[in-house]
Parts: sequence; structure tokens; C-alpha cells
Amino acid sequence: MTIATRKPVEERTDVVIRFADDSGTGMQVSGDQFASASALFGNDLSTLPDFPAEIRAPAGTLAGISSFQVRFSSEDIHTPGDDVDVLVAMNPAALKVSLPLVRANGIILVNTAGFSAKNLRLADYDTNPLDDSSLDRYQVFKVDLVELTKSALKEFTDLSAREAERAKNMFALGMVFWLFHRPLEHTIEWISAYFNRPGREKFIEPNIAALKSGYVYAEATELFATSYEVKPAPLRPGTYRNINGNSGLVMGLIAASKKSGLPLFFAGYPITPASQILHELSQYRHCRVRTVQCEDEIAAMGATIGAAYGGSLSVTASSGPGIALKQEALSLAISMELPLVVCNVQRGGPSTGLPTKTEQSDLFQAICGRHGESPLPVLATSRPGDCFDVAFMAARIAIKYMTPVIVLSDGYLGNGTEPWRIPEADELDAIPVKFHTEVEGFEAFRRDPETLARPWALPGTPGLEHRVGGLEKADGSGNVSYDPINHEVMTHHRADKVARVATEIPPTEVHGPDEGDVLILGWGGTYGSIRAAAERLSAAGHTVSRAHIRWLNPLPSDLEDILKRFKRVLLPELNLGQLSTFLRSRYLVDVQSLNKMQGKPFTSGEIEDAVRNLL
Amino acid sequence: MAIDAPPAAAEAAPPLTRADFESDQIVRWCPGCGDYAILAQMQRTLPEIGVAAHNVVFISGIGCSSRFPYYMDTYGIHSVHGRAPALATGLKASRPDLDVWVVTGDGDALSIGGNHLLHICRRNVDVNILLFNNQIYGLTKGQYSPTSPIGTKSYSTPTGSIDAPFNPLRIAIAANASFIARAIDRDLKHLSEMIKRAHAHRGTALLEIYQDCIVFNKGAFAPLSDKASKEDRVIYLHHGEPMIFGKTRDKGIRLDGLQPRVVSLTDGAYGTADLLVHDEDDEHGTLADIIASFQEREDFPRPLGVVRDVERVCYEDVLEQRVADAVEERGEPSLQELFETGDTWEVPEHPAS
Repeated sequence: MTIATRKPVEERTDVVIRFADDSGTGMQVSGDQFASASALFGNDLSTLPDFPAEIRAPAGTLAGISSFQVRFSSEDIHTPGDDVDVLVAMNPAALKVSLPLVRANGIILVNTAGFSAKNLRLADYDTNPLDDSSLDRYQVFKVDLVELTKSALKEFTDLSAREAERAKNMFALGMVFWLFHRPLEHTIEWISAYFNRPGREKFIEPNIAALKSGYVYAEATELFATSYEVKPAPLRPGTYRNINGNSGLVMGLIAASKKSGLPLFFAGYPITPASQILHELSQYRHCRVRTVQCEDEIAAMGATIGAAYGGSLSVTASSGPGIALKQEALSLAISMELPLVVCNVQRGGPSTGLPTKTEQSDLFQAICGRHGESPLPVLATSRPGDCFDVAFMAARIAIKYMTPVIVLSDGYLGNGTEPWRIPEADELDAIPVKFHTEVEGFEAFRRDPETLARPWALPGTPGLEHRVGGLEKADGSGNVSYDPINHEVMTHHRADKVARVATEIPPTEVHGPDEGDVLILGWGGTYGSIRAAAERLSAAGHTVSRAHIRWLNPLPSDLEDILKRFKRVLLPELNLGQLSTFLRSRYLVDVQSLNKMQGKPFTSGEIEDAVRNLL
Repeated sequence: MAIDAPPAAAEAAPPLTRADFESDQIVRWCPGCGDYAILAQMQRTLPEIGVAAHNVVFISGIGCSSRFPYYMDTYGIHSVHGRAPALATGLKASRPDLDVWVVTGDGDALSIGGNHLLHICRRNVDVNILLFNNQIYGLTKGQYSPTSPIGTKSYSTPTGSIDAPFNPLRIAIAANASFIARAIDRDLKHLSEMIKRAHAHRGTALLEIYQDCIVFNKGAFAPLSDKASKEDRVIYLHHGEPMIFGKTRDKGIRLDGLQPRVVSLTDGAYGTADLLVHDEDDEHGTLADIIASFQEREDFPRPLGVVRDVERVCYEDVLEQRVADAVEERGEPSLQELFETGDTWEVPEHPAS
């Protein structure tokens, strides 16, 4: 449905919208639908879902606000945006939490029905901000969304008042769709599919009606004088879909399964924000994906080892606390030298910490988190779409070097979406797999001279019966050995094998001059903020270089040289400086750390300010 | 995309013998340990069962018994303390073609690995679990275990342990294990029979094996194996037969309501027809629980044999079926088709700027 508008249309290159309400009211859905519609329209986009750990946090409270920020643009963008252009605030708490993000003269669409005395009190407002001068810096549009939604749905007599009111997120979404010229069809299809299950079908038509009514209301009323147009972005030609980081990992793992010819086995235990990986993989049974929801994180790691021993492409995923539980068994996987992939979608810690918020504080855990000398390759994803490439790469390295590999993602990448340029499946490299079958001269730990990988000899192969376990193994035969020199030799072999993975790492790309005053170095989910900051600084005439590394262990072999070519190196991390610590000790380079532990990604402004202080 | 192990040599191989299952590793248990007897019996029994060594995987945890896989010339994993059932679940769920055994002890299975034991039984993965119960921690040199009787004096309980022991059979019943049996390291013929029964069962088979730790808990099960006492202290379970025991088969067990009672078959009050008749096919585990409770009752004989053997669908069978059904119903998409699932859009070669 599109309605021709006669009101003035203003063109914008870049808009940030934030939808905010109590958790459990459908704000994530509204935001996600807006993002999908914008993606299909051809904008570049980036999203930031931000929600509390509780499923239905107390209504009206500051801690209970669930919000979804979406930035869409006619240009190539890298972050969900520092400043909000349009805030949809359904109650005082939603307004209070989000207001500091709204730029001056930004649009605030408020649901007046949410501004009851009780809700104002819960949000610690002494006076109603809609009635005083506190919002004078913004364009405020006051709408009673509850009354409008109820009246739009009055013909649906089988709905209770409460049920009708629940469609207000769709009414609000309809208004925002009009404001930015988004077509409704995609969301109508989504509503029809989503509620098409027993007992829920009666909500299909009311939700569609609420969406359309919101659109018509925005068009018909005098409320908005202007609407806005954001043209499609000149993305690289190709076929695109919207993807979040967790889905990116899933796609990468399935691609690795197909390209290696190994069936994909996944064992996991539910944990925020990694559960989506288990959920999605469970839907790919028709791709011969076997998933097991285990009794705990330890069992998931154990089952992953069992399947790796049997010859599957074996994977588990979790977040910080769950990874901690897996570490003992992960050491066994290192000792047994079996290929498997462990994904860590990092969140704020320690302990339960901030389960739904992002952080990069498991780098130490990934690299050093086990017992004994237990090195393994660690690589990090930098964008939702990059999760695909990293998962694929992790599987390839695991198989080639017969080693467990850790993939570090984070909550921001895991839940955040962006357009993903779909690769040509035929152009992805095959992942060679060689199961050992030659009985003559077989030794379970006789290594490939190039990679130091041991043979992968599957149970079921006649003549290769052998035992492996956590006890130290004799170099070559793999039989139990307590020989002192042998232990030292094997310790070196395990370390050298992981070090050789560095030969797989392409030269580090330095954007900007390859030597000079300031290098911004990043890893993981800080990619977008760093890139946006560096581009803004360059546009302002400053000379700044940036580099982003995917490999954390081993580090790229050219990294030391690059770091030493700059007078100053700034390393923004969502932790207390974990990679900085490694780099300082490893290379004796005075890396300056920029830290943030607020459960949120860096804004590009924060990085820009830090760089300006160095210039 | 199933994992196809390379084919075996085309010509028929000669039948295997005990020696074919002995690895070249020196067995390192204490001289006289009950583990030797169990190992030897397993090496003798597997050829009788007729399995191919290359299809067998023994997975153990940590503890004296968990060294077992090193001595079998099959595939094997000596894993992490308590986690063998988890590894076995992953292996069997991805490789249903393999013959998977778990070797564990009372500490490994019932303390650190208690959770995994419960869940493998619940799922009914087709794995045979040999639980060597010696009622003591041997490898860590003599602390009491979760099956040690109250009052056990050990290095960590110098004045006697104060926590009540687990009864492994009742744990298995509570977790709905579909096969539950008990054997003892001193009755090798019966042990061999129990190994065969466990193997023949489809689903999780828990075989508790009383095993003598001659260093830290010597003689714990002596009354159950000594000639002088064993016939009065043990009852061998036989499906469909009344529960009779005693040197002269002079005693029986009957049910008095829900309570089992030991009765005399010589004083004229009761005859064989009055006795409880064993039924392995005990869907709800009611009888199994009564039998398992004998060991907690004074003057009751210790049951050895198959306590329960019921049919339940195996986890990996359902998983395989689900995969096959999904492939059948939805077809196996190409990678490109998978990538392009859902909402996609095209960015043309020359976008309008």
C-alpha cells in the first residue's frame, strides 16, 4: 500500500530512529520491521537492539526499557549512529532513557497515553516533560496512541481492550513508515506469517489494520508538515539480505559444512546472547545439521569433542560464563588435537554481569583461559556480515591444523543487522579434508611436516584402532608418556602448530598512510565506530590511519612492524585494555588504550575525541 | 552427507579372539585389582559377541577404571572427569553406526559427572555404561566416594563419613534408564553374561559392577563373593522366575502391599507360588525400584542380574529420522539457495546516485 502524499518531501542522506517502550511490548519487532523495510528499499543500514535481561521487566521503569535503534542511509555506513533523529517514546521512562541520545531539533513522537501520573513517578519525573519547557529543543509530536489504536480496531469486536491496545506498536510503526516513505507490504506479509498459528490468527487483521491506520493517520492529520525521503545507497552491486551476526555465523558454518563435505554437528546450551545460533541451526535439519541441546555447557563441549572425534564438523557456541565452563574440556580438545569451533558471543561480565549487553572482555579468557600450556587459534568478527567469513575461516583452520578454534563475536554484532552481500557459493574455496586410512606406519600423533597437524583417523576405520586422551602422549605414537623431555617436545609442538596458522593471515590492511603520527588499531565489533571516526577525521583534514585485525592468536606477523611505524597507537576496546596488554608485552610498543565498559558500543564521536586528543 | 568409514578388507576376516582386543600398553592397575578381571572378561566377551574391533569405541572419564580404554585394542578416548557420557552422546548422535561404551567409576559417574549420567539415561542414547563401583576414590588415594556407606573412615573422613550414599540403580531408575543391571568382579561368568545383555539392549544400558579396590577398600564386597556367605547374601535375578535365594534355596521374597519381605520357604507358611516374580519388562520402574531398594533393607540379599530391560526409542534414531524426514520433505537446498532464503534484494550494476 502506498498513499500519494501532497505534503512537502525533504531529502535526507542519513536517519537514525530509535523505538523505545517497556520490554515485551513489541518495540524490537517495530524496529526490526523498519530495518527490514529499509533494507529491501535499498538503504544501507545498521541496527542496535538494546533490551533488558528480564523478559517482562517492570512496566514503566527506567530499567525495563527495551529499545531498537536503526540507522538507514543513502550512503555506505558503518555504525548504528551516535545521535538519534527520530525517537518514538511510548512512556516517560522510554523518553528519559533515550533523550540524551536525541540530537537538537530531532523529532520525538510520544504516546501521551503512556504519560500517566504513575508512569511519570516511575521514571522519576517531578513534572510532566510534555507540559514544561524541557523538550523545547526538539520537535515534539504528541499522540494518544492507545486511543487511536483502539478506535482504529473497534470493528474487531472479538478483541479485548487490552488486546487492541497491544497493537499500538504497529500503529506507531505505520506512522513512521509514512514519515519515511517506506512501503507496508513487507510488514503486512510478516504479520500474516507471524500470527499464523493456532489461537493467534485473530491478531493478523487487527495488526495490519493498526499499521495501515497509523500510516493513514500520519498522512491525513496536520501533525507532520513534512515527510522525508532517504534514497537507496550505492552499495556494491549484487544480491543482498539483511543479516545479524548470529545468523552470519550460522551461514558460515553451514557453508563450511557443505564445502568440506562434513556433516555439521552442534551441541549447545541456551545462553544470552548466543542462543540464536542453536535456534537457527536447529532449523537446518534438511541440510543434515544435527543439533543437541545439552544438559549444561560442559556437556555441550564434551558432545562437541565426541562428534569431532567421529568426523563431523563439530561446533558449540556460548557466551562468557558458558565458555568458562567449557574450558576444561576445551583443554582436552587441545590435547587430543581435534578440529572443532567454539563461538563466544561476548557479553558484559564478570559472572552474570550484563547478559543482554555487549563487551569485548573475553579476549584474555579466549587466549589464556585454560590450564597448562594450551594454545589455540582465536579470531574475531568485526561486522555482522563478517561473521560469515570468520566462521568459514575458523572451520577451515580447525580442520587443516587439527585444532579447536575460538571465534569471538559479541552481543552487538550478534543481534545487530546490516545488509549482507550474498556470496557466490561456487566461488567459496573448498575445504579439503583427509581422513587417514593407511594402516601401514600409522601413528596417531605423527605430524604433517608443514602444518604439524596430526592425522584424523576415524573410528570405524579398520586397522587404525588407537586411544587418545588427556594424558600426555608420546611424540609420534600417541601412547601415554610421562617422559620429561617428551612433554617439553609436545608442549612446543602444540604451540608451534598454532603459531604456524600465522602463515594463513593475509597482510594487515592499513587505511591511510602506512606510517605517521596516529594509528587507530581495532579488533572485533569496534570496526564500524573506528572506521566512521577515522573517515570523519580525514574529512576534517587530519591525517589518521587505521587497521583492524581479525586474528588475535596468532597475531599477524606484520603487526609489530606496522605498530612501530607510528608515533602513537590508539586501541579502543570494550574492556580494560586486554589486547593492549598483549601488544605491549609482546612488542614493547606503547599502545594507548581507550576503554569503555557500559554495555554499549563506542560511538564514533568517542573515538574521534580520543584521537583529537592525541593529534 | 553421512560419514562413511573406509570399507573393511573385502575378504572375510577370521573370527577375533581375546588377543585381538588386547592393546600393546602395559596395564597399570595395582596387582590384585578387580579391574583386571573386568578387563579380561571384556576382552573375552567381545569376540563372543562378534563385534569388529574397529567399530568399537570405549570412552572413559577420570579415575582408576577410566584407564580401561588404553588397554583395549579398539578405538578409545580417555576424557575429562565425569564427562564421558557427554562425549559418548556427541559421538553416538553423529555416528550411530559405532558401538559406543562408557567406562566410569562411582566418583566419576555419580559425583563430578552425576548430571551427565542422568541425562544420557533420560535421552536413551544407545551406549553401554560400565560403572565400576568400588565405593572409594582410588586414584586420588583413598577418599570416601558417593557410594561409600555412612561412617566410612577415609583420609578425608577420619572420624567417618556423614553423608548418605547413592544407590546407583535407583538413580538410573529415576532417570528412566531402559536397561539396568548389576554384576560383580568375582563372578566372571555372570559378568560376561551381563556384558552381553547390556550390549544386546538398544538404548542406554547401565551395568553397575562391584569391583574390589584392594588397596583402599579391600573386601568391601567380600560377603557377596565369599563362598561361605554369598548364597545367603546374593539373589540372582531371572526374568519370569520367583525370587528365591539361600544356600539351600530356602528363602524367598514376597510383596506385602508395596513392601518386600524376606520369607522362609521351609516353615510351611509360604511356598514358591507366594513369591514375587521378577519382571525385567517394567515400564514404569516400580518393581525395579523395589528390587534396587533391597540393599538398603536389613537382611535382604543383594540383587545381581538384570533389574530392568524395557524398550524405549533411542535418541540418535529419532535424530536420524528427523534429518531424513526434513531432507525428504524440504529437499536438500544448494548453498546458493540457502544463502538466498528469505527477503533478498538486488543492487543493480549502475545504481542511480
